[in-house]
Amino acid sequence: MSYDVLVIGGGPAGLSAAVNVRARGRSVLVVSNPLEENPLWRAEKVDNHLGMPALSGAELLKRFRRHAEESGVDFREGKVLNAMRMEDIWYVSIGSDMENARAVVLAGGVARGKKYLGEEEFLGRGVSYCATCDGMLYRNRPVAVLGFTDTAKKEADFLSGIGCGVTYFHRPKNCVIRGGSTVEEVTCDGETVQVEGVFLLRPTMAPAELFPELAVESGYVTVDRRMATNLPGVFAAGDCTGGPLQVSKAVGEGLIAGQSAAAFAAEQERKQSR
Amino acid sequence: MAVKHLKTTEFQAAVEAAPLAMVDFWADWCGPCKMLSPTVEALAEQYEGKALVAKVNVDEEPELARAFGVMSIPTVVFLKNGREFDRKVGLLPAQAFSKVLEENL
Repeated sequence: MSYDVLVIGGGPAGLSAAVNVRARGRSVLVVSNPLEENPLWRAEKVDNHLGMPALSGAELLKRFRRHAEESGVDFREGKVLNAMRMEDIWYVSIGSDMENARAVVLAGGVARGKKYLGEEEFLGRGVSYCATCDGMLYRNRPVAVLGFTDTAKKEADFLSGIGCGVTYFHRPKNCVIRGGSTVEEVTCDGETVQVEGVFLLRPTMAPAELFPELAVESGYVTVDRRMATNLPGVFAAGDCTGGPLQVSKAVGEGLIAGQSAAAFAAEQERKQSR
Repeated sequence: MAVKHLKTTEFQAAVEAAPLAMVDFWADWCGPCKMLSPTVEALAEQYEGKALVAKVNVDEEPELARAFGVMSIPTVVFLKNGREFDRKVGLLPAQAFSKVLEENL
């Protein structure tokens, strides 16, 4: 179905944005990894979120999520791989599926870790970011999965299930991808395997990879006071816009981004009905 | 003109007969492919009579996908009289494809 607003990311910024879209009476879908994979989940104690001291990161996340669910926010687990605007609608691909919305709030956190040697060079020539998308093209062939989330294991199982010979690396530190015209081998933390495909499954895509024309400064999304980016109908909030990488800042930015996105969707609707 | 869906058996003859062709390798389990689809259809209309705009389903025509070394979809291959001269991998805006077509008309 079609939504007024689609939120990428289900942490404090994304959930705050979603709650505030609902507060304006608009429909909203949050696409995210499972709650337990949010980096905040592992924070033992957060002491500076106003009025709610001494809660663990997990407890905060659960409260935020419950609030959003009670507000009528729709949820979908998955990773957004691409986004494109056609005729005033944003289309977003999630694994092998697609959703669309009038406005998008980018709240996917920060992409931790830098690219590996060979990653960019072999992208589309053996390097892939989506097992369910490209897996079928590697049937009965040896592949490596570089997993950085718990769901990555499920994707590795999917690849084994369709007949790929899978070597799984769990959160490898240093990898180098080599080959000729296509991938031939990968070395991770000293272990080398001959493969035809390398699946890199990180928790979050870098914002500029999702939106190729997005303005970014030193890795952070450039926004104005309305949390608007340089792209029409795309707003950003939370860690992806820069520091401090803290809950209260994310929640505040999420509120603004949610309101701005709801207003943008309302304006689009008015234009269309004219 | 609608987008031509090419099978392995007819592929070679079709692209060799075309001075300029653009072939989109796709599958219906691929989200980004679905997003690219309207763009490919629009280009087929826009370049009707000037270039062949076609699609190949990699599930139905695995030999073709393999012959072209398609390792990630969508992959769009550009050919002149059957010879590949350029390709674009991934979901890109329409201009990325029309630019290649314009420069090679």
